[in-house]
Amino acid sequence: MKAMMGRIRHMIKKEFIQIFRDRKMKPIIFVTPVIQLIVFGYAVTMDVTNIRTAVFDLDKTSVTREVARRLEGSGYFRIDHFPDSEDAVRKLLDKGAVTVVLRFNHGFTSDVEAMRQASMQVLVDGSDSNTALVAAGYVSGILSQYGRDIAAKTAYRTRGGLDVRPRAWFNADLKSKNYNVPGVIAIMVLVVCLLLTSMAIVREREIGTMEQLMVTPIRPAELILGKTIPFALIGFFDMFLVTLVGVIWFNVPIRGSIPLLVLATAVYLLSVLGFGLFISTISKTQQQAMMATFLFFAPAVLLSGLMFPIENMPGAVQYVTYLNPLRYFLVIIRGIFLKGSGLAILWPQFLALFILGASVVATSSLRFKKRLS
Amino acid sequence: MNLNRIKAIAWKELIQIKRDPLSLALAFLMPVILLFIFGYAITVDVDRLKTVVYDRDMSSLSREIVRGLRESGYFTIVGYVDGPAAIDRAIDGSGARVAISIPEDFSKNARMGRQAGIQVIVDGSDSNTATIALGYLNAAMEMAAKRAGLGTISPPIDVRLRVWYNPELRSRNFIVPGLIAIIMTIIAALLTSLTIAREWERGTMEQLISTPLKPPELIIGKLIPYFVIGVIDTVMSIIIVVALFGVPLKGSVVLLLFISSLFLFGGLSLGILISILTKSQLAASQAAVISSYLPALLMSGFMFSIPNMPVPLQAITYLIPARYFVSSLKGIFLKANTADMLLTEMGLLALFGLIVFTVAVKKFKKRVA
Repeated sequence: MKAMMGRIRHMIKKEFIQIFRDRKMKPIIFVTPVIQLIVFGYAVTMDVTNIRTAVFDLDKTSVTREVARRLEGSGYFRIDHFPDSEDAVRKLLDKGAVTVVLRFNHGFTSDVEAMRQASMQVLVDGSDSNTALVAAGYVSGILSQYGRDIAAKTAYRTRGGLDVRPRAWFNADLKSKNYNVPGVIAIMVLVVCLLLTSMAIVREREIGTMEQLMVTPIRPAELILGKTIPFALIGFFDMFLVTLVGVIWFNVPIRGSIPLLVLATAVYLLSVLGFGLFISTISKTQQQAMMATFLFFAPAVLLSGLMFPIENMPGAVQYVTYLNPLRYFLVIIRGIFLKGSGLAILWPQFLALFILGASVVATSSLRFKKRLS
Repeated sequence: MNLNRIKAIAWKELIQIKRDPLSLALAFLMPVILLFIFGYAITVDVDRLKTVVYDRDMSSLSREIVRGLRESGYFTIVGYVDGPAAIDRAIDGSGARVAISIPEDFSKNARMGRQAGIQVIVDGSDSNTATIALGYLNAAMEMAAKRAGLGTISPPIDVRLRVWYNPELRSRNFIVPGLIAIIMTIIAALLTSLTIAREWERGTMEQLISTPLKPPELIIGKLIPYFVIGVIDTVMSIIIVVALFGVPLKGSVVLLLFISSLFLFGGLSLGILISILTKSQLAASQAAVISSYLPALLMSGFMFSIPNMPVPLQAITYLIPARYFVSSLKGIFLKANTADMLLTEMGLLALFGLIVFTVAVKKFKKRVA
């Protein structure tokens, strides 16, 4: 037992020496995740603000200006173009210079003042369907409020009506930052560890040092542990680093328990390293390992619920996502960060992640041993 | 520059690629898998939101409101709960996204012509879905109220909405053209970022150094076979996007291929540059992911609209070539943009490629360290 620990320790030491012999690896592993989290934390936002807007005003009165001012005052629209013809409007939309065009026809003001139905046109560039949808919602919301205000001023009232009082839980200002930063943390850790594990093992084989390792008294299980523990440690350290940045820089709250977050990271890394090990058993060269890692990584990110809700996916695909460790970890990490959830709520995800990780590690260890002999 | 030497290097590289059929197969499989995921598996269209109802009124009016929500198609009523604590449980366990709470005096108030309040709780942790859900909810409620004959304020302003380019607001039309940029970024980075590092690691670079080969010849020779693979991938992706997914290609195919080639040249050169700078495959692979895939995915305007980002970040996006490629792809596919409208994009893509290529040539030293 003691001899075994000793051999594993030597192996880990060798691994660290090898990784960091390349001086570029330190900044790659420890600095870039931090920079990336800061950059992507801001980039990954579905919050629609600063919608570039043009006003095509054929009426040009204080009323049309008031409507435009209200839209701009909402903070969602930035009016910076005032085209004066249909052609100019088309050109702005074609170039993608604006997303929304408001068009007031002649007679808009006199209709409003006479309390007739006053029509205005809103053109939306649908090529970004998300922004278009949200922008359209904002425009009609702001304009119906304006309509109500006019109606109230002119004692034009109706009785009754529905009063919807919306409230958002967990994230009262509907900031996507809080939702996305934990997710970006999860993918940073995934990509660093997965790629390191799969390639580092294949490298030994590619440059022939695996044979040297095999003539030493080290046993296959020890070799696997010695090869994965360093990356687990790097994974933990990266996790700690990016979480710190998330909390300090982005003020993302950690409402839940920190020991639970550590436990979650451990269970998550088990699957990540397992998949890395598996990829290393099916690849002969580092090129293959990198391609295979991507073939796993890209779908794992897309089918995790990070950007696209899993419940909107077709049934068959939803089943595939059960094999995705990121899927469970996202629920856990978002739960711990945003909702302060504990094991009482998150245990199914913990259990699933653990079973997934344990089976992947077992399968790839078997394959790994077989390849050695 | 000697054409024969370039040809020889390109030929050598091709033989090496053929010797590794698994990598080659993965290079063709990757676009297909990504396209299928985006085409069939994921959607940002918000629908079938799981909704729970806490109805203390139990009147025909409250049922009418709930029915209106269900019939809008955006909400799936997954259950009725019997108290505020049950709402907590439904949303906390993240089963439900939306909860509707109808108070006891709801129908009474409505009958008396007073404001009848309904409380709506949404899970705001996914803020985008929440914002869109609230919009749908308001519209569906207003419809239901009208149907039930509740007096609603008729707003004197009638907003006529027209959506251009993608009138049904299909998110697939918006995402899939941009996806071609992501696929090509991945392919370019994966293919070339290891090629030179590999030669150093295996020691074959020393053999190449001893030949009369010049740096630009080596780099061009290495680029050619990967360029061909990249073009095949592009054509394949365009065919899948148009034929299988029915995304309209309104602009010119020739222009599309031309811009794709410009982008591919830049992407492949960047991979080579990474490979030259890192000299080790482990470091090169990390650098490739960091410098190409993640920025292209997150900062090109492919998914996340650039005007929504903070200003300093918007400035950084100007340095990301995928940005220009994504806007060209969307322009050509959806808006029938012509070459004269995309001159800036083409110019910048070409400039990026040339700069990266020149730096790669300069940085490549024919020396054994």
